[in-house]
Amino acid sequence: MTQVITVPPSLDDFSFEQVLDQVAALPADAKLLVDARHVRWASPYGLTALLTLAQTRSERPTLAVPELDETLSYWARAAFFQHAESVYDLTGSYPKRRDSGESNVLLEITPIAKSDDVHDVVGQVQERAQKIIKTELKLESKAIIGFAMTLSEICQNITEHAGRGGWVAVQSYRWTKRLGRRVVVIAVCDAGLGFRRSLESMPGHLPTARWDDAAALEEAVIRGVSRFRERGRGQGLAGARNYVGRWNGKLSVRSGTARISIVPSWDDDVPLAEGLAPFPGAQVQVIIPEAVPGGGSER
Amino acid sequence: MMNHIDVSSVLRQTLACDLYSNLVTRTTGAAVRTQIEQLVGESRERALTVIDFSQVSMIDFSCADEIVAKLLMRYAADDAPQDAYFLFRGVSDDHWDAIEAVLERHGLALVVEHEECVRVVGVLSDDERRAWEAIHRIGPADAQDVAIETTTDAATARKALDALCRRRLVMQVDGQYVAVGDLRG
Repeated sequence: MTQVITVPPSLDDFSFEQVLDQVAALPADAKLLVDARHVRWASPYGLTALLTLAQTRSERPTLAVPELDETLSYWARAAFFQHAESVYDLTGSYPKRRDSGESNVLLEITPIAKSDDVHDVVGQVQERAQKIIKTELKLESKAIIGFAMTLSEICQNITEHAGRGGWVAVQSYRWTKRLGRRVVVIAVCDAGLGFRRSLESMPGHLPTARWDDAAALEEAVIRGVSRFRERGRGQGLAGARNYVGRWNGKLSVRSGTARISIVPSWDDDVPLAEGLAPFPGAQVQVIIPEAVPGGGSER
Repeated sequence: MMNHIDVSSVLRQTLACDLYSNLVTRTTGAAVRTQIEQLVGESRERALTVIDFSQVSMIDFSCADEIVAKLLMRYAADDAPQDAYFLFRGVSDDHWDAIEAVLERHGLALVVEHEECVRVVGVLSDDERRAWEAIHRIGPADAQDVAIETTTDAATARKALDALCRRRLVMQVDGQYVAVGDLRG
């Protein structure tokens, strides 16, 4: 029997948990109909996580596409349908081609599986990020290189640790609901090993008394521990953490049943959320906000 | 003998692609470092190699770790393949965050050349930094000269200079210490 999973009208990292809560109750081989007909808006995280969700299923799921033309047009510009066709059976009508109009999509949804993909992604984003970070976010030019470095390191989390391919998307938009300012958002999602299993593969790994997804995220994101013993490893996420701290941004990493966040003053998220619905792999989001006029940042 | 290695050329050769000018990913960094090591290895005698970042747009942490940190550590090790020294040229603010992070992580230091001036950056003890700056200021000298310049004793100066030699930041030429970058061969 097909199980219907209702996608909330506004799909972001928080509301995607509603999707996972519905999926958690079902066996892995259950046939899903992911009903996105009433979705009006989706963040890059929402879109890449939807693709990732399909990768976690043993039975190919069906996706009912949004009904609103505006939503369909945006999802098409973000290359969502192009990739969704490879992991979902799609129902409903949707644009087969992406229009080339002006878009706030800095990087359409792009698969990441190998080192060359990271080169392509960084190369594509650099020029557009330069314009948006300087003119729209009003940040110093130093923020541009850091942005590309952060994007590179987060994507490498897939190529180095996930054990299977994932997705990345970058978008700029005005975040009226929560911040009232423009933001640039990076979302990188995969359905691979996840942080706990990756660290457990470290030679000689001894789990602590409290060893779970949350503990693994603390090790990796806060303490820079990597499954590789080399001293130079684990700097990627540390660099991303420093970058968001410097530009008053937010970093969230979800893996398994936990999510850890570097929370800026403008956000009311918790630093560590545990006991979430299980979701394989790792899902990372970076949000860099527009500078506060006259303040550079609001720290 | 002095070699010049344009890192962006090595990057293009390594990836067999003219499109990339960014030093990103650990895989790329390892491949570029291997190529640099081969080029350095072509000199049998003691060599000063200029590692030129001028045409590199950006470098991320993973690539900096593979190229800069591992290169410095290999040639400063007791079993270094040869007597090699490095001078880093064209390191801009766009590269510095990643390079500084890996130097700090590994406790390393390197010599950079910027607008005809050379300086040492990274992690050094106070004695090492004073000794390097003294030898750079006064030119080739022995430990006694450096001791006078830094108003310390000869044993302290010698200890610092020997540590700098092991770290490939100073070389010994004809019984005198010379700061890397001051003698271009």
